[in-house]
Amino acid sequence: MWLPSYATPSERMMRILVVVFAILVMLFLIAPLFIIVPLSFSKDPFFTLPVREYSLRWYADLFGNPRWMEAMVNSGIAAVLTTIFATTLGTLAALGIARPDFPARRFVMALLISPMIVPIVIVAVGSYLFFGQFGLTNTRAGLVFAHTALATPFVVITVTATLSTYDTNLTRAANSLGASGLSAFFRVTLPNILPGVISGAIFAFATSFDEVVVALFLTAAEQRTLPVQMFSGIRDQINPTIMAAATMLLALSILLFAALTILTRKKAR
Amino acid sequence: MTALQDRTSATGKPDDALVRFTEVKKSYDGIQYVVKDLNLDVAKGEFLTMLGPSGSGKTTTLMMLGGFERPTLGHILLDGKPVEKLPPEKRNIGFVFQNYALFPHMTVAENVAFPLRYRGIRGDAAREKVKRALGRVSLEAMGDRKPAQLSGGQQQRVALARALVFEPSLVLMDEPLGALDKQLRERMQIEIKHLQTSLGITMVYVTHDQSEALTMSDRIAVFHDGRIQQLADPKTLYNAPENRFVAGFIGENNTMACSLMGRETGLAVVKMADGSTLKASDTVLSADADLTLSVRPENIMLAGDQTPPGMNLFSGIATDVFFLGDHMRLSVEAFGGQTVTARIPIAVARTFAPGETVHLACMAADCRLLEG
Repeated sequence: MWLPSYATPSERMMRILVVVFAILVMLFLIAPLFIIVPLSFSKDPFFTLPVREYSLRWYADLFGNPRWMEAMVNSGIAAVLTTIFATTLGTLAALGIARPDFPARRFVMALLISPMIVPIVIVAVGSYLFFGQFGLTNTRAGLVFAHTALATPFVVITVTATLSTYDTNLTRAANSLGASGLSAFFRVTLPNILPGVISGAIFAFATSFDEVVVALFLTAAEQRTLPVQMFSGIRDQINPTIMAAATMLLALSILLFAALTILTRKKAR
Repeated sequence: MTALQDRTSATGKPDDALVRFTEVKKSYDGIQYVVKDLNLDVAKGEFLTMLGPSGSGKTTTLMMLGGFERPTLGHILLDGKPVEKLPPEKRNIGFVFQNYALFPHMTVAENVAFPLRYRGIRGDAAREKVKRALGRVSLEAMGDRKPAQLSGGQQQRVALARALVFEPSLVLMDEPLGALDKQLRERMQIEIKHLQTSLGITMVYVTHDQSEALTMSDRIAVFHDGRIQQLADPKTLYNAPENRFVAGFIGENNTMACSLMGRETGLAVVKMADGSTLKASDTVLSADADLTLSVRPENIMLAGDQTPPGMNLFSGIATDVFFLGDHMRLSVEAFGGQTVTARIPIAVARTFAPGETVHLACMAADCRLLEG
């Protein structure tokens, strides 16, 4: 980072320019996010910067409004259920693929992570038409299933990454000492791949909690999630309550990211 | 000695076999066989080592016995019962892995207690057994540590304690000392051998280190190319290798192409590449096969006035001379371009200049004829 004492003035100049440029890029990336935060604390019903007077009135509105509260609860339920299903399925898939005798590994892996690559609108339309056949549109189950399909690839990827450093002889040792498959998994394999499983679960939760396109297609008023509520809120009447909801979402994302960072740092140690 | 005779050689009775491989073959892809036609008995209480280079099939054989691989064909009997389809957790075999495979999230004591839970041993009885097992490997004080806090040698002992704590009749080891430094490895060899004899357990040990095999084993099976090349006790293996591979793999051997000319007074007379003749112990039956004369460097001496009559005499041109403390390593070119290495004790050595002609001698009994 710092230049040696014999650096020429032009080298020093270059270094300063690089640092300034890097700071500008970072601002470009995150500034839009942090515009939201002061706006959510503004007393004005209009989006004006700089904020003239601060208040918590939009937060009061957010937590006092049954529609917002219902949306938050809906999002929470969908995200928790998605996390449970996606983590279970993704971990099982990763374990299967990691077996040395697994056939067509690359192909199956590509298939498993395809929901991440396919444009989200296509997933949404596809789910809408497909789930319609089974009466799953406008149900919470339909939403959870679609979100599980979107979230599972994250779990597959994180668990596969952890398994690449997992010593399969540990499982063999557990077997040789008397543990059958399931017992060996819960007592030896799972504790050792837990960081990957938890990272995957965090990604799965965030995927479901933030997701708006599939939710727009698959939910009716009763299952409306927080992002859907925000989206329709923007269309109907622009109101800083959305900024308060967005700030809450941002805080949650930062929290999840922090948890992930701590987890990966522990693993590296 | 044939494989059939060996079945009974360790303890005298064929029924003593704890493990019996019959016509076992293993292929991963259906085309190439990693293990071809394996017939092997392991007697109760025996220390049997499977020795061979990597890819020789020794580890695959061990994995089949442990239950981690299934034989493609053939049968494996454990204590008289077929076990090909039995999963590892039902075999009651102790297994020590190359990298120890200690459970990193458990303490040393928890690691050792792990197999006891599956055998219905809990509470004080389990604690007592763990204490005794750790005591056997001198690690009583380390019970509360995590494996990562132990040295390599200590981890290796924990793995040993864990494999022995449930008193299995058979313990398998897959190159367990490979990661340790030389001194520690030699100490552990002796410790493992002591444990094996004092507990009376049967051990099947895999290694590619011949000195390790010679130190510890009752019998050694030399693996190469998916087959047992020779199965014998260490002394026989060293002194009477049956084929060229074993001669080259166990210890050091000079191997030279030759052909059989005839026999006289119980010795074989062979013609070397340059036309000179040597006498060798007569171990080969067929005269047509390509033959190899093998003689160990320590059995070649300097020829002089005191050399007794009847010895093989030959001369060569010195190419390399190395001083190695207790002996000198002298390489000469003899028999028309073949390199012959001799180990000359320092007490009888002199200085050699490269290019000088050196006269050497060896006893006919130390020269062995091998096919191939």
